[in-house]
Amino acid sequence: MSADLDSTHGTTKTAGSTVGPTSPEQDSAGTPDPAAIEAVRRELDALLPEGALITDHARLRTYECDGLAHYRVTPALVVLAATAEHVAATVTVCSEHRMPFVARGSGTGLSGGALPRADGVLVVMSQLRAIRQVSPADHRAVVEPGVINLDVTRAAAPFGYYYAPDPSSQQICSIGGNLAENSGGAHCLKYGFTAHHVTGVDLITPDGSQVQLGGLAPDAPGYDLLGTVIGSEGTLGIATSVTVRLTRSPEAVTTVLAGFPSTDDAGAATSAIIGAGVVPAAIEMMDALAIEAAEAAVHCNYPDGAGAVLVVELDGPAAEVEQEFAAVRRFCEENGAFEIRVAADDTERALIWKGRKSAFAAVGRISPDYIVQDGVIPRTALPEVLRAIAELSGSSGVRVANVFHAGDGNLHPLVLFDAAQPGQDEAAEEISGKILDLCISAGGSITGEHGVGVDKSAYMPRMFSAADLDTMQMVRCAFDPRHVSNPGKVFPTPRLCGEVPGRHQGEHPLAKAGVAEIF
Amino acid sequence: MAPVATDPMAGLSGTCADVRQGDAQDAVDGVGPAYVARPGSTEETGELLRAAAAYGLAVVARGAGTKLTWAAPPTRVDLVVDLSALSAVVDHAAGDLVVVAEAGCPLADLQAAVAPAGQRLAIDEPIAGSTLGGLIATNGSGPSRMLYLTLRELMIGTTVVRADGVVAHSGGRVVKNVAGYDLGKLMTGSFGTLALVTRAVFRLHPVPESTAVLMAPAADAGDAGRLAAAVIHSDVVPSAVEVDWPGGGGSVAILLEGSERGVAARAVAARGLLGAAVEVSAGMPGWWGRYPWRAGEIALKLTCALSGVPRLLATGRDSGAVLRGSAGAGVLYGALPAEAADRVVPLRELCTSLGGSLVVLDAPPEVKARLDLWGPVPALDLMRAVKDQFDPDHRLAPGRFVGGI
Repeated sequence: MSADLDSTHGTTKTAGSTVGPTSPEQDSAGTPDPAAIEAVRRELDALLPEGALITDHARLRTYECDGLAHYRVTPALVVLAATAEHVAATVTVCSEHRMPFVARGSGTGLSGGALPRADGVLVVMSQLRAIRQVSPADHRAVVEPGVINLDVTRAAAPFGYYYAPDPSSQQICSIGGNLAENSGGAHCLKYGFTAHHVTGVDLITPDGSQVQLGGLAPDAPGYDLLGTVIGSEGTLGIATSVTVRLTRSPEAVTTVLAGFPSTDDAGAATSAIIGAGVVPAAIEMMDALAIEAAEAAVHCNYPDGAGAVLVVELDGPAAEVEQEFAAVRRFCEENGAFEIRVAADDTERALIWKGRKSAFAAVGRISPDYIVQDGVIPRTALPEVLRAIAELSGSSGVRVANVFHAGDGNLHPLVLFDAAQPGQDEAAEEISGKILDLCISAGGSITGEHGVGVDKSAYMPRMFSAADLDTMQMVRCAFDPRHVSNPGKVFPTPRLCGEVPGRHQGEHPLAKAGVAEIF
Repeated sequence: MAPVATDPMAGLSGTCADVRQGDAQDAVDGVGPAYVARPGSTEETGELLRAAAAYGLAVVARGAGTKLTWAAPPTRVDLVVDLSALSAVVDHAAGDLVVVAEAGCPLADLQAAVAPAGQRLAIDEPIAGSTLGGLIATNGSGPSRMLYLTLRELMIGTTVVRADGVVAHSGGRVVKNVAGYDLGKLMTGSFGTLALVTRAVFRLHPVPESTAVLMAPAADAGDAGRLAAAVIHSDVVPSAVEVDWPGGGGSVAILLEGSERGVAARAVAARGLLGAAVEVSAGMPGWWGRYPWRAGEIALKLTCALSGVPRLLATGRDSGAVLRGSAGAGVLYGALPAEAADRVVPLRELCTSLGGSLVVLDAPPEVKARLDLWGPVPALDLMRAVKDQFDPDHRLAPGRFVGGI
């Protein structure tokens, strides 16, 4: 499998904050306070081993962005944590000084979730990379958060198991980052997201205390704080140990590549497959422009002249895969597929996936700059939303390549532009934002797997009401009343934890009903 | 805000058309409410709870009332919010395998509504008549959790009414969605102590073309463990691996789902794993997906790492407990005679040592009063902080949950 280095590409950006209906949190990067930073530096220097604390400006700058290089902030301090105790000590000091901290894994995130704060500490977790336990008998592994996603599968493979969530950056992204973002991947159509595959974490809460949420067994008594922490984008603390579910490696895997005249045909085939009750491990779609880019980059040899291709992967017991394959072939043919290929072996399978998995980076071959968008629509809205995207592209002259997880309606439109040409940057951002609006009006979501981060916090009010966001932030206030854990991410405006805005607004219902007077 | 005049009955009636005085039938685990209101919409529930907040009323939500004696009795109840009028299947988007339904909708009604499209909500119904809201509040699950997991994974969107009457949503109606915090998970299993869920969105699964159940007798716990493990660690991909352990032996049963030919081939493979005494049938045994306790017994939920199941079975039998549940998920249910309450602590210690926990779901009142229902709860301080945010006056199902929450 080729490295999918979409996240290391230097010119990617996503929706951008400039076109949001409301401005993002006024100061998501923070204004450094030299005296406070010096005080924290001194305390951390005393607590951490030599070399763990980075203060040198040139070295600090190497951490200025994550996979969304569009946003850059040099952190005030960087801690290279090697143990849970280092994390706890750092967080405790930050909390006492009310100084923001941001956890960072491999730095591959695509929403700026690990964007540092100029007034805060970046806690780099990548040295916490021990695989503590692999227990096939329990279907579990216990790993440190810096462990690379694919390394969990590598450790489990000798026993016939793997770790199911497979974000396309799985060769470099970390389990801790996956936890923060509730990462998905191509195969989450059948197997679900990180939230479905993590049963426990050791968490350093934003005040520096250590708690255990969940464990080897499911359904720990009490509130499901584990489920709440997963996908909270680092705003509820930092995990120092993660217990994950291992999945039995499938007996059989069949990977199909089908070429269609158009995305409408490929979409109809997708609907037919799902509608018939077949649940493939993955159904991925690419349109003509995305195919062109992939061919230029990795020579994946997709069917000539295809207006769209589908990559359908089926896995499970051999007897089931055989049945499902027959159905998939039939539905593809009935919906206009002019070429259907089946990977004969792992090498051919890898080649099919190479085209798909390299698609983000590959558009760099056909465009100097591009925005990677991440939105979700109900699968049945696919044809109309794709048409609307084509119209947006046609009327604006901004090219859009479409790559997506068709099975679950997760779109990754790639908006192409040339930053060197005046106005193209803004035009691309505008189209990218309008695509999110299309997703919302179709009943979908502004992010399926990349997260909100700093990039899309301004879009949250388009999807959620003020009361919705206020309620979510009650959780934030319970975990982090001092607002130090990755502040400025996810929510467009912070909630003041000491008060409950909106509680007593408007006319009282009793007064409204005429049964009581307020006096 | 100034206090509100007149008596609560009039005040509540101004927000909700269906309000009455509570009676003995409305008691929540022995605690009778003064009022019962039956709102007809989420908005009306919001108005009702705002009024309840103004009067400082303690509120307990009720669906079908099948599990009101679970957990601890509330320390007080002024108002029971009967959600049975919120019973609609609001929208079934068959092409998207998504359904939107109200909390008071019985699970069976939802299943009936989506069945014509060949779909189902992949959750079991251990107690007949349960509503969606009741299942969410208690995190109800059954055998199919091994493959499909539980409500918290199947619920993709949630509408709640907060203690202060504010209506809030999280999630949405697409399966893949990481925008914002997942409040649905927080609500699941919270026994109505954080907010009232009034509506939820679920992902659906196709009803399989074919199913097969294979059941094999097990002479002892070691035998049951070996049979279960053989299937769990094989390539047959069971939807469920259940064990029924009435004491002195029992049985292991597995469920296979898929295409007709696929299931047939997998059943052959599974037969080889389960041994000569295996019985194959198209339907489930009578005990399948039913809790093992009878009225008056102590009802337990026991969890452990998968490899711990055989030890739990062996110890359970020695303790006089009847055990049943998912050997494939490490979640068992148990029944102890009321006079055997002293066995709870050693069984809990075993569960904890095996990486899990033991919760007393239900018991006769005098037994319940003497027992620690939840056992040790890590992160209890954090849970209290969450409670304080959502329900600062502690009026939602007070006392029912962990640590007196």
